[in-house]
Amino acid sequence: MSNLSSVNSNLFSRLRANVKTDFWTVGSLLIALVVLLPIIAVIYLAMFPTENIWPHLLSTVLPGYIRNTLWLMFGVCIGTFIIGTGTAWLVTMCRFPGRRIFEWALLIPLAMPAYVVAYVYTDLLNFSGPVQTLLRDTFGWRTPRDYWFPNIRSLGGAISMMVLVLYPYVYLLSRSAFLEQSATMLEASRTLGCSTWQSFLRVGLPIARPSIVVGVVLALMEALNDFGTVDYFAVRTLTAGIFNVWFHMKNLGGGAQIAVVLLLFIIALILIERFARRKKRYHSSTRSVSPPRIELKGWKTYGAILACILPILLGLIIPAIQLISYSIQYYEASISAGFLGYAKNSLMLSSMAALVAVTLGLFLAYAGRLGKGPFLASCLRLVSLGYAVPGAVLAVGILYPFGYFDNFVDAIMFERFGISTGLLLSGSMFILVYAYVARFLALSYGTVEAGLTRIRPNLDGAARTLGRSPSGVLRDVHVPILRGSLGTAAILVFVDTMKELPATLILRPFNFNTLATHVYQYAKDEQIEIAALGSLTIVLVGLIPTILLSYTISQSRSGGTQS
Amino acid sequence: MPLKKLCAFVAVATLMPLSASANQVNVYTDRQEFLIAPLINAFTEATGTQVNVVYASGAGMEERIKAEGRNSPVDLVMTVDVGRLVDMVNDGLTQPVISDVVEQNIPAEFRAEDGSWVGLTFRARPVYASKERVDPSEITSYFDLADPKWEGRICTRPGDHDYNLGLLASMIFHHGEDKAREWIQGVKANLVQAPQGNDRGQVQNIYTGLCDIAMVNTYYMGAMLANEQQRPWAESVNLIFVDQDTVGTHINLSGAVIARHAPNYDQAVQLLEFLSGDVAQEMYSSGNTEYPVKPGVQLSEVVQMWGEPKFDAESPAAITEYKGLALRIMNEVDFNAGP
Repeated sequence: MSNLSSVNSNLFSRLRANVKTDFWTVGSLLIALVVLLPIIAVIYLAMFPTENIWPHLLSTVLPGYIRNTLWLMFGVCIGTFIIGTGTAWLVTMCRFPGRRIFEWALLIPLAMPAYVVAYVYTDLLNFSGPVQTLLRDTFGWRTPRDYWFPNIRSLGGAISMMVLVLYPYVYLLSRSAFLEQSATMLEASRTLGCSTWQSFLRVGLPIARPSIVVGVVLALMEALNDFGTVDYFAVRTLTAGIFNVWFHMKNLGGGAQIAVVLLLFIIALILIERFARRKKRYHSSTRSVSPPRIELKGWKTYGAILACILPILLGLIIPAIQLISYSIQYYEASISAGFLGYAKNSLMLSSMAALVAVTLGLFLAYAGRLGKGPFLASCLRLVSLGYAVPGAVLAVGILYPFGYFDNFVDAIMFERFGISTGLLLSGSMFILVYAYVARFLALSYGTVEAGLTRIRPNLDGAARTLGRSPSGVLRDVHVPILRGSLGTAAILVFVDTMKELPATLILRPFNFNTLATHVYQYAKDEQIEIAALGSLTIVLVGLIPTILLSYTISQSRSGGTQS
Repeated sequence: MPLKKLCAFVAVATLMPLSASANQVNVYTDRQEFLIAPLINAFTEATGTQVNVVYASGAGMEERIKAEGRNSPVDLVMTVDVGRLVDMVNDGLTQPVISDVVEQNIPAEFRAEDGSWVGLTFRARPVYASKERVDPSEITSYFDLADPKWEGRICTRPGDHDYNLGLLASMIFHHGEDKAREWIQGVKANLVQAPQGNDRGQVQNIYTGLCDIAMVNTYYMGAMLANEQQRPWAESVNLIFVDQDTVGTHINLSGAVIARHAPNYDQAVQLLEFLSGDVAQEMYSSGNTEYPVKPGVQLSEVVQMWGEPKFDAESPAAITEYKGLALRIMNEVDFNAGP
């Protein structure tokens, strides 16, 4: 007995030693818990399926779903990596005509909802679209058996659409990493005989690795939680499986089980990457002068311009031209009295979500940096998971805990004071902002954390020696250095909230619209023409902060030059 | 963005009370706003009752009602598919509609006997066939689509879409699982390509010659005829209302239920009486080319064009229990893989 209690107290004291109870640890554990509530709820739902769906799924469509999901992840990973890092390197390290415009224009495709881009390209490229019609008229073909043309509604098509709108994640993150890289290292690499290209491959990329990985993982999570695009293209991924089991088999628990499998994909991905770069350090030894940009000459100039123009052309200009022509053609039908109000709602919610998510992201990332033990570290890694779950599933995970809380408070208040408080949070604006933060915290946390890893720890040490408290170090040292990363984080959350649809649809208050929900009612009814004007407005409203913050980030390059 | 303003915005929005006392009714619906808003406005104008709506298209509406529990503010739930309503009735989320007016307006086959759910409108899913390349007399039943003579000539949206699952579920309901499976396998063998795109896209495919036959809901026809660019697509096809000598052409029935904890029951009934009345039923028909359930209502020009075919009113509520089986069959025959 005494033996047991001594083991017990031993265990407790060890646990106490591992889990410190200071402000940063307790604060971040609380935040993590609140943000993870929907995920916990989804896991809970997964424990109560109405029947075991796996035998049927395994013997029929599941292998195909998994194959498609893996291919989609692979394609999006390669595509966003190449376009994102390549263009980011060009605009930060090289000098060529148009660089300043490309610097922010490369971001804008991010504001395009993927499903809208998918609709536009389908209209252009399918059998009945103008491109194939022109080909048929020119060459006298009639049926699809007369010639070969790549099918846009395919796995390859879905990968292309997603790469076009998701590469900006990688671009943004690797750009801010390249901007914060020191000149000395790159110069050293050149002195050691590296060509420009080699110093990109051997120094630039490896140092920026944590940021690039965050960007690619974010793009992959977004690809996994997408339903609109893959559904329209009839590419069946695990996400399609979730909805089929949930709706048609009326098995919410079974759907939640597939969602949990989806989570395992992401966790595996994160673990593999962490394992691959264990113990390596990514901060540069000095943070002195930004390297001078390399002047490109001859064909290299044209190559660089082409490399930057292509993603903008395909991800922004071509879809935008099509949307503009629809908007003009269907102006009367698409302009609605509430339009301005919807834009205002979107703007307000997106700003709120960005503000809260960046603040929490910074708090968590810094708490992680303070190094309070492995338990905290693994908790922090989990807060990103909300982003990998399809929005509608996450929304259900939000509905139940909030509904439970509201009814619980109502019951107590009624019992004690005879007052019915009804629903306090459910169906309010608060639940929407909460949903956005739970969903998009991965964006801000990942971005800020990647930025922090590039700051030398001895800076913290120095500031602490000079008498700063941990929060003082954060305020006076990190926040100024991190301006670029914080801006990046804010853009990402802002733009993603502008586009957010499934959670907004189901959680919103009465008589409430955002631009995204307004657009969706037409898109759902197969009227992309009438949805065009609203989609353009989403892009335009997303554009304002994007340009502003992009400017701030490029300023941080010169701002960060003093040592 | 000034921080203070933002905080105030959220605080006010959060604490906005939604009391039951005012003259209002709260609606959740998966139907689109541009369809429902004109009806709601007409109702408010006629009665002075304010209508609050959450347009919860997509997933999770039932989960929201369940999670909100006894404090849920919702009075009336309107869905595009009556199957969802039947499921809600079975889950104990509803209470019966008690109204003589509603009973008079809606024929018995379009509502539950005990008033637990009521149908409001329906859309048929006939066969669309090329005017140029298909003789309409060659197709009289959905079963004809499985005839090998149509090999390489049929196109459709994915098999796990609700409309196609509904049709397959009604085949199971009327003809049994084996015949339904055989039928969908035959249709699959006749496809020109893997199922993809939406309903209008299939009509466009017929217009451009990719295929000759498709299954498409009726109300898209009205929408395409009203759209300058799409009118030629619509004019290139005949609508064939199949199974006229047997069960009738398959339909989707839209409808409504009153929520179990509805704080404004009377107003919800009032709204249902309005929606099933002449004015609203005619608006459904003219605005969205749907079939009104109330007999004797003036049909829109387009709807009139199709005459008075026989519809399968029996299956919409019954097939909800076959949807899961329909999905299993679609998976087992691997319908989405195409021919």
